[in-house]
This record gives sequence, C-alpha cells and structure tokens, in this order.
Amino acid sequence: MAVKQISVFVENEPGKLAEFAEVLSEHQIDMRALSMAETRDFGILRIIVDDPYKTACLLKESGYVFSITPVLAVAIPDEPGSLLQVLRLMKEGGINVEYTYAFITRRQDCAYMIFRVEDNDKAVDILTRHDVRLLSQEELNEL
Amino acid sequence: MEHYYQPEIECASREQILAWQNERLVQTVERVYNNVPYYRNLMEKKGVTPADIRSVDDLKKLPFLTKDDLRDAYPYGLLAAPLSDCVRIQSTSGTTGRRVVAFYTQHDIDLWDDCCARAIMAAGGTKDDVVHVCYGYGLFTGGPGLNGGSHKVGSLTLPMSSGNTDRQIQFMCDLGSTILCCTPSYAAYLAESIHERGLQDKIKLKAGIFGAEAWSEEMRQDIQDKLHIKAYDIYGLTEISGPGVSFECSEQTGMHINEDHFIAEIIDPNTGEVLPDGEKGELVFTSITKEAFPLIRYRTRDICVLTREKCSCGRTHVKMSKPMGRSDDMLIVKGVNVFPSQIETVLLNKGYPANYQITVSRENNSDKLDVQVEMTPEMFSDSISTISKREQELVAALKAMLGIYANVHLVAPKSITRSEGKAVRIIDKRKLY
Repeated sequence: MAVKQISVFVENEPGKLAEFAEVLSEHQIDMRALSMAETRDFGILRIIVDDPYKTACLLKESGYVFSITPVLAVAIPDEPGSLLQVLRLMKEGGINVEYTYAFITRRQDCAYMIFRVEDNDKAVDILTRHDVRLLSQEELNEL
Repeated sequence: MEHYYQPEIECASREQILAWQNERLVQTVERVYNNVPYYRNLMEKKGVTPADIRSVDDLKKLPFLTKDDLRDAYPYGLLAAPLSDCVRIQSTSGTTGRRVVAFYTQHDIDLWDDCCARAIMAAGGTKDDVVHVCYGYGLFTGGPGLNGGSHKVGSLTLPMSSGNTDRQIQFMCDLGSTILCCTPSYAAYLAESIHERGLQDKIKLKAGIFGAEAWSEEMRQDIQDKLHIKAYDIYGLTEISGPGVSFECSEQTGMHINEDHFIAEIIDPNTGEVLPDGEKGELVFTSITKEAFPLIRYRTRDICVLTREKCSCGRTHVKMSKPMGRSDDMLIVKGVNVFPSQIETVLLNKGYPANYQITVSRENNSDKLDVQVEMTPEMFSDSISTISKREQELVAALKAMLGIYANVHLVAPKSITRSEGKAVRIIDKRKLY
C-alpha cells in the first residue's frame, strides 16, 4: 500500500531549486506534494508526482542524483484532531515517524499526510485495522 | 646590537665557507657511497664515483634524491650510520602515504640544535630570554628543534607544544615569555586571543620565530603590529634536519642558509639544470655534516631565489627568499603537508568518486581546508542522517590521513569545474607568495 516518493539531491545554492522545477515544468510533470529538508550544503527534495516512472527517467537523463522511497499516503478528515488520531495509532504500535508532510487537494473535506516510517507493512497493518484510509499509487496519480 | 651564536662561522669569509663545503662534501659523498647502497646505485647509474667529486663545483655531477626515493628506501634504506649510533627519529607531518623518517645521531642533534640556536640569537635571543615554544613536540621537528636551540643559547625554555590557547597565554603572562616560536598562523591567532582577553599589557614578547608554513609580508606586519614584536622567518624540513636549515636576521630580507652544514642549489625543476644565483627555481640541499641521514642533492620542491649580496647583519652565508611556490602539488595547510593524492585515496576508500576539489583559504589568519565531493547515486540516501553519518565518517578518515580537519561539502554530480576535461583540483585562495 506504499506509494512512491522521489527524493532528490539538490545543492543549497541560489537557483538550484528553480533549475529543478524547470525540468519538471518542461515535461509537464505535476507535483502532488513537496517537502524540503535542508543542511548547510545541500537539501533533499521530496516530491510526490503524478507519474513517478516518467519523472525518474527524466531526472536520470538530467543528471540528478535521486532515490525512490516507499512512503505511506494517508487521507484524513480536514478537521482538528484527525492527525492526532493517526499519530496515536502509530505511537501505540511503536512506529517511529522519520518525517512527515501534508498536502491538500481540491477535495475540501479531506487532507493528506505523507509518512516515512521504518516498517511500512507494520504501519499499514495497524492503520487499516483502525479504518484509516491509505491511498494507493493509482488513487494518488488521479487526485 | 646583533647577536651571534657562532660568530666565527656565521660571519666567516666566503673562502672559508667554500673550503668547509669542499672538504665536507668530498667526505660525505665518500661515506654515502660506501654505506648507502641505495645512493651508490644511483651514482653508478649516472656513472659517477666518489673520485669524480673534488669540490662543490662537481656537485652537479651527482644524482638527485626526491621524496619518492625517501619513501622507496623507507625506513632504513638511506641510513649512513649504524642504527646503534642513532638516538632519535623525526618524521614528516601526518602523511600516511608519504611518511618520511629521518634518523639522528647525538652529534646530528647537536648540530641541529646549533642551527636553531643561531636562529634564536639572530632574533635577539640571549640566555636571559624566555623562549616559548608552541610548535608541536613529537615526530614533528618544530618543537624539538627550537627546544634544543633554546637550550644551547641558555634561555629558559617553555616546552608548551601546540594547542590550549588559554594555557599558552597564561604561561606567557605568568612567566614573561620574550620569544615566541610557532607557526605564523598560530601567532596571529594568539595575538587576537590576547587582544580579546585585554592582556596586551601583560605580554613581554619582543620577538617571534615563525615557520613551517608560508606567510606573506602583510601577515608579518599584522603579527608585528598586534604583538609589538619583530617577527622572524625560519625554514627547514625534516629530511634535511628540521627548522634552522635557514633563518632570518634583523634585516628581514631572506633567510641565511647554514652553509657550513648544507649546500644549497637552485635548479630548473623541469630539466634539473643548475641555475645561477638570483634566478628563481627549485631549492636543492646537500647535507654535508650529518652522520645518520645525509642527503645528497635532495629536491625540496620549494621554489625560491638565492642571493649572496652582503647583509647588514654581518652574516656571510647565502640568503634564500621565502618559498614562492611548489614544483609539485603539495599544499602546506596549518603547517601540515597535504598531497591531493592523499585526499583522493580517502575518497575512493570511502566509496566517493575521485571528482573532488580542494579549496584552501585563510580566515582570521588561520588556514581552512575545504573539500568538495560529488554526490553519487550509491552514496545518496533519502535520509539526511544517513548522509550526514557518511559525511562524518569521511571527515574522520580525512583527519586520520592528513592529521588536520577538513570541511567536507557534498555537491551535485558533475558540478565540479572541469577544464579541458580535467578537473581543477586545487584552489588556493591564500595570498602567500
């Protein structure tokens, strides 16, 4: 039930992010979500796109260093307390969240969370048992 | 008033110096030929025998020695005295791949100490001085050399070694250090630290003897102004003995080479041809008084100029300019010899590509070494902590190899400037030469 996130090495320099966005823009890649983790010298740009395969090919051609990371995409009601419920389940299950970020779409009642955890299978098992809705790659692509 | 440690030698006539050199060179070549099969081989290959060497004029007939020879002959291959007569070794700074070990008999150490004593007295030192030595002690020649020289002068010697700036300043204040011996960058750092603590008035320094790395006239001025001292340059290399091969006098216009112990030549680094005085080229030394580790025509890779103009200090020994560069790719960072090939070895061992760039700069008078390394798909991870951990391992491995700290910067693939397909490996932003 994991979805594909693309993690890209981007130098922490003016214009580097713009260069990257230009590559995606030129090839009509649509981003669903984006998050950036930065260090002194570089950043890791984490993106969810509508077509991971095409994006990976494109990045390879353009000379980017990247990896494809399986993450969980969780749909939660867009209301106070709903994230807490998911996090409580993770806590009870002893699941450590390495990082997370959120995005919303045109669907107004629903928000989406991306979770990177160590054990995807265990997390999927706990969340589905508690009726938390996880998005498949296909669902994500069609959002 | 000019002080001399051995005035009869330091101010000897040119004829006398040449006579010493002729006699000692002939003896040294004879002894090396008989006792050092490695050099005897080199001489045979060149078709030269000790009988061909009758004076300094014949020096050019002899083969050169390079750092590679010293490495090939490691550890005992160039030893000219029985090991049982040796009492000490010293070694070049932190270079695993290119470590060079030099041997000393008690007599060798005595002569080395004499050379350093000459340097201390040329800087105004007497038995009433307090000589504060914060060169490193140990395998590095800086500490032991100046320490020995200071004993010979009869000064009170403070064997501080490097580091622990608070303690350095404390001793300086409490014991009234008058002559400071360290690298010029550490002197500049100490000067700033003293000012920060507002202790200028408690400092009694009058002179500094600074070497082991290149420094500019601007830096000299800066140190002299901040510490209210006269700053003297000193030059040396482990292979030839250590600091004190040459040293500055009150004129501060070049370093007198101790010619009764070392014959200096300037050669064209490409052809090996000897160049006349006044021309810029690679400095080559022949040690003519050493028992354990005499080197004949050792190529220092330092580019400089020799001048024999009369010096106002009264010394008659030839003067060398500050080194103006290197004829190889060696960098001297914080007084430590760094070869780009060492960095390359570490990168490859740690799984990084050999695409790298080394930047050396000087911030607040202290050297800084930055290494840019290109990221690869193999070394990349989605996790910052994984990348950081690998980066830390690389920094530790570089420290172990070089002996100094290098800042590692991970950059995008193919982002390191290449000129004509070849990467520009070294950028030295210090204005040293």
